[in-house]
Amino acid sequence: MNGPTTSTASGAAAAPADGTATATAPAGAGVWRSPLFWLGLALAVAALCVLPFLVKNYRVFQFNLVLVYAIAILGLNILTGFNGQISLGHGAFYAVGAYAAAILMERAGVPYWATLPVAGALCFVFGFLMGFPALRLGGHYLAVATLALALAVPQLLKYKLIEGWTGGVQGIVLNKPEPPFSFRFLGQPFNSDRWLYFFTLAVVVVMFWLAWNLLHGRVGRALIAIRDHPIAASAMGINLPVFKSLTFGVSAAFTGVAGALGASVIAFVSPDSFTVNLSIFLLVGMVVGGLASIPGAFFGAIFIQFVPNIADEISKSAPAAIYGVLLIGLMYLMPTGVMGLVRTLWLRWRSRFSAAASSSNARPKET
Amino acid sequence: MEGFLHQVFAGVANGCIYGSVALALVMIYQATHHLNFAQGEMATFSTFIAWALIQQGWPYWAAFAVTVAVSFAAGLVIQRVVLRPVERAPVLTNVNVFIGLLLIFNALSGWLFDHTVKSFPSPFAQESFLKTRFFSAHEMGSFLVMMAVLLALYAFFRFTSLGLAMRAAALNPDSARLVGIRVSWMLAVGWGLAAAIGAVAGMMVAPVVFLDPNMMAGILLYGFASALLGGVDNPFGAVIGGLVVGVLENLLGAYVIGTELKLTVALVLIVGTLTLMPAGLFGKRVVTRV
Repeated sequence: MNGPTTSTASGAAAAPADGTATATAPAGAGVWRSPLFWLGLALAVAALCVLPFLVKNYRVFQFNLVLVYAIAILGLNILTGFNGQISLGHGAFYAVGAYAAAILMERAGVPYWATLPVAGALCFVFGFLMGFPALRLGGHYLAVATLALALAVPQLLKYKLIEGWTGGVQGIVLNKPEPPFSFRFLGQPFNSDRWLYFFTLAVVVVMFWLAWNLLHGRVGRALIAIRDHPIAASAMGINLPVFKSLTFGVSAAFTGVAGALGASVIAFVSPDSFTVNLSIFLLVGMVVGGLASIPGAFFGAIFIQFVPNIADEISKSAPAAIYGVLLIGLMYLMPTGVMGLVRTLWLRWRSRFSAAASSSNARPKET
Repeated sequence: MEGFLHQVFAGVANGCIYGSVALALVMIYQATHHLNFAQGEMATFSTFIAWALIQQGWPYWAAFAVTVAVSFAAGLVIQRVVLRPVERAPVLTNVNVFIGLLLIFNALSGWLFDHTVKSFPSPFAQESFLKTRFFSAHEMGSFLVMMAVLLALYAFFRFTSLGLAMRAAALNPDSARLVGIRVSWMLAVGWGLAAAIGAVAGMMVAPVVFLDPNMMAGILLYGFASALLGGVDNPFGAVIGGLVVGVLENLLGAYVIGTELKLTVALVLIVGTLTLMPAGLFGKRVVTRV
């Protein structure tokens, strides 16, 4: 890597210590040209394509949920990690997305793939509307209001007047989408779970690409500026109300798309799958993966999907206890989450590497 | 008319519970400007302690006193150990720590006392002098307990030097520190008091809603609504807010929307209050100097 990149990167490495999430360090511009990067990417794509054929059907189902949660956590992270608006109620948007998809599929016969944009658009509207009161609520108040939203959603879904649509307490049972073609690979059939895996993976790629472009440009810088110093941000000409409520809408739309995908993957929606716990788990996933980190969403999703499964074997109460201890522990020890740790280690390794290189070139050492 | 009055008085009784939860929230908010999301689960856990003591054969009021004392100590310790390192941290860090506490206490209640729904005894006998035309004995009793708590708090803050120090620490931490008040310890005492009030609220509500680890989730939400409606920095506002919310909830539940949407009422109250009347009924209007 070249000199200037290293100096900015090691400057950023010193920053994350103050408890706030820090902006993503710029990835080296040269990384796109490195053949190693492309080789790694090709290997990763190949591994992701072969993976579902190496494991049992139930594992594929779990991987699908990981991908779905990754999108939901990404949505929450856009709002909370990048924009600093705390939401304890993103499960509500997930529920709206899931129910929108289920109702469209069951009552209107819309194909599963067509429900995603509708769910996204609907949640965008809901999020935008929720973002409106959120403009007046800072910090804790917004957390309380969104927590109330999360607690109210299961009740609202059970409400009698909309029972004809939502199916009330019973929920809606769906059919899993059939794969468009079928074959066998490594002895495993290409069935609906494996087809959904690839479909979900494609949606994940699109959503993460959208988020990446959104957050690594003007808009992303505006969001981070609003989080770090709203007054300075508005002095710079950023329209706070518009940006904040639009961010709420976009964030809700991401989570709504995840909800719609989740409805297809599980093939069932019911009010009691969208309790306040869902919102809290999304928050835990975000904190574990890393605040204000896009790839961190994957670590968070893997965590919230697999840790409860393992912990359940100890005791019914163990997952919540582990989440709680971890949430507090991470706040003390590793406020930037897994991705923060990865980034710190990577930068340390790279600065050592480049320090060795520069000392051999008899250049002054950068600190 | 008789039925209507009955609903109003039942609402007042519920409102006392909401008011005491709100009071606990306001205690912590005044000192630290944080809203404690774990308040409900902590109260539930305290109630479980009381339940376990009563199961052991302790008389009710002895169990009550011990539970309040233990809760006070636990609140103090939690502030010292868990909250102190993040006293000056950003809001998100604090919210995460509170949610962490909420999960831990919920898991502890479920793990130690399991998830089955339990009945909790009321100290007020069904057919005692407390039973009046519109109040059941328990409703009247919890109303009186609540008023006693309120009076005791008022006396504590008004007439003791510790209470004065706590008010000073909440009002102006820097000046309070300069005159020799240990501000950080005052916060800990505030946490202890809040935990104790929460324990009282939990023990008063448990005979009505029955005891299980998630007992307080909805009640905490009503507590938030009451605290915000009354003005989040005003203890008396919190109690009045609780009474208003309790009556409103009962009347809406009985005559307008039915009982299935009770939590939605809390949502509408919270969002409505914060948007239309951020200072609440009795709160101070806060102006921020830029």
